[in-house]
Amino acid sequence: MTRDLSQKRPSGLRRVAGNLAFILKQSPLTLFAALIFAGLVFVAIFGPWVVPYGPLESSANTLQPPGLQHLFGTDHLGRDIFSRTLVAARIDLGIAVAAVAMSFAGGLILGAIAGYWGGWTDRILGRLSDTIMAFPLFVLAMGVVAALGNSIWNIILATAIINLPFYMRFARSEVNARLGAGYVEAARLTGNSRMQVLCLHIIPNILPPMMVQISLNLGWAILNAAGLSFIGLGVRPPTPEWGIMVSEGAQYIISGEWWLFFFPGLALVLAVFSFNLLGDGLRDLLDPKGRE
Amino acid sequence: MTGFILKRLASAVPSLFGVMVLTFVVSRAMPGDPAAFFAGPAATPESIARVRAQLGFDQPIVWQFLDYITDLLHGDLGLSFASGQPVLDDLMRRLPASMELTLLALVIALAVALPMGILAAVKPGTWIDHICRGSTTLAAALPSFFIGLLLIYVFYFRLGWAPSPIGRLEIWYSSPAEVTGFYTIDALLEGNFETFRAAAAQLVLPALSLSLFALAPLARMTRASMLGVLNAEFITTATALGLSRRTILINYALRNAMMPMINIIGMVFSFLLGANVLIEQVYGWPGIGSYAVEAVLISDYAAIQGFVVIMAVIYILLNLIIDITNTIIDPRVSHDA
Repeated sequence: MTRDLSQKRPSGLRRVAGNLAFILKQSPLTLFAALIFAGLVFVAIFGPWVVPYGPLESSANTLQPPGLQHLFGTDHLGRDIFSRTLVAARIDLGIAVAAVAMSFAGGLILGAIAGYWGGWTDRILGRLSDTIMAFPLFVLAMGVVAALGNSIWNIILATAIINLPFYMRFARSEVNARLGAGYVEAARLTGNSRMQVLCLHIIPNILPPMMVQISLNLGWAILNAAGLSFIGLGVRPPTPEWGIMVSEGAQYIISGEWWLFFFPGLALVLAVFSFNLLGDGLRDLLDPKGRE
Repeated sequence: MTGFILKRLASAVPSLFGVMVLTFVVSRAMPGDPAAFFAGPAATPESIARVRAQLGFDQPIVWQFLDYITDLLHGDLGLSFASGQPVLDDLMRRLPASMELTLLALVIALAVALPMGILAAVKPGTWIDHICRGSTTLAAALPSFFIGLLLIYVFYFRLGWAPSPIGRLEIWYSSPAEVTGFYTIDALLEGNFETFRAAAAQLVLPALSLSLFALAPLARMTRASMLGVLNAEFITTATALGLSRRTILINYALRNAMMPMINIIGMVFSFLLGANVLIEQVYGWPGIGSYAVEAVLISDYAAIQGFVVIMAVIYILLNLIIDITNTIIDPRVSHDA
C-alpha cells in the first residue's frame, strides 16, 4: 500500500511541473512575475552579501543623484540607496510571510472548526470575524500596534489579525461545502473518527484553493506593513525598510531629490505587483474552474 | 419596510457591541498612564491618584466598561490629551475634510472603472480586456502613499501645476462659511469662485492618489457583473428583437449589472476611509485620518478609541444603507434576510 503511494508521488509532481510550464508559456505576464519573485527571494536571502555598500554605512557623499558609483544615488547621510533597497527586501518579505503564515494557520483551524462543527462554535467565530471586519482594516492594525507597543512582532501580529477573517470565512465555506461530498462520506464509513475525517480528508482538499489566497494576500500584507512603518509605527530607522525609506525620502521631494523616495517605493510596487500576478497565475493552475 | 429597517438595525447591535468591547480592551492595554498625563508634569503620587479617581480608573474593570458604554451612548468619547477638547468635537470638525476627499476619490474611481469594466466585458479576451486587467493589477499594487508622493514630485515640483500640497486651502485664502463642511461646495454656495478653484486644486492630487486604490476592485467587479448579465437570456431576447447595441448595453445590461455594484461600492468606500489615513498624512490633510495617526504616535488613547468607534459606526451605517437601497431597487432581495 505504502509502496503504491510512493510510486504515485513523482508522477503527480511531474504533472504539476508540466502544468506550471504550460501556464508560464501561456501567460508571459505570469512568467515575468515568477522571474521578479525569484529575484526578490534571492535578494531577500543573499542581499546583505551581494550589495556593494553596507546598508548603514554613511559617507560624505550626501544626496548624490543616481550614477555609476551609486546606482540609486545616496541619501541625506550618504548611505547607498541601492544597497539599502536590496537589503530591505528581507525584512519586508519576512514580515509579510510571517503574518500571512500566522493568519493562514489560525484562519484554517478556526474556519475548519466553525464549518465542521457548526452550531454555537460557528456563531461565535462568525461574530468574531464580523467584529474584525467592522473596522477599516488598516485602522485596526494601527490600533493594535498602538496598544501592544511599537515593534516588528506587533506589526506582524496586527497584519495577521486583520487578514484572519478572510481565511476563516474561506476555510469555513470550503469545509462546509465538502461535508456532503462522497469521499467524506466514504472516509466516515470506513471507520475514521470525526477528527481524522477533518484533518486527513477534508483539510488536504481545501488547501489548494487556500494557497491562491496566500499569494494574493502576501502583496496586501507587504503594503500594509510598509504603510504602518510609513506613518512611524513598527520598524524604526535606521533599519533599511521600504516604508521608512519612502517616508524619509518624502522630505527631500520639495528640494527635488526624487531618488530617495522613488527607488524603495518602486521596489515595493514590484514586489506587490509580482505577488498579485503570481496569485492570478496560481489560481489558473490550481483552480481551473475559477477562470472567468 | 419599517419592520425590515428595525430588524436590520437590531442585527447591527452585536457588531457594535463587539466594536465597543474591542476598543475598550485595546485602550486599556495601551502603554502610558493617562492619569499621570492629566495630572501634569509637577504631579505628586497623591495628585495622580486623585486624577485617577476622577477619571474612574480606580474602579473595578467591569464598572469601567459600563461607564464607558454609558458615556458612548451619551455621545461622550472622552477628552483628547493633545487638544484638550472632547474627542467627538475634534472628530466632527475634521470629518467633512475626510468625506470630501473620499467622495471625490470614489467619483473619480467610478468614472474610470465603469467604462473600463464595461469595455472589457463587451470584448472579453481582446487587447482592451488585457489592458484593463493589466492596469487594474498594477493599480492594486501601488502603495497609495508612494503614488501620492510621486504625484507631488511631478505636478508640484517638476511641472508646477499643483499648489503646495499642504492642507485644504493655501494659507492666503480664508475658508468659506461652513454649511456642508465641504470647502468646494461651501465656496460655490457663497458664490466665491476664486476660493472654489483654490479648494478644488488642493483636492485633485490627494483624490487622484486615493482613487487608484479603489480602481481595481471596481473595474473587476464591473467586468464580472457585466459579463454575467450579458450572457443572460433577456439580452439575447433584446438582441433578437433588433434593439440597438447601445440601448441593450446601457438600458438593459448596465442597469442590471449595477445591483451587485452597489454592494461593492459600499465596501470600497469604507476601504477608502481607512486608506485615507496614509494619504492625509502625505498631503497634510486635516481630516480624521491624520488625527488618528497623530493620536497613535503620542498614545492619545481617548482619541484613538473615538476614531475607531466613529469609523466602525460609519461602516455599519453604510452597510445598513446599502441593504436598504438593495431592497428598494431589487424587490427580489428578501426582506427577512
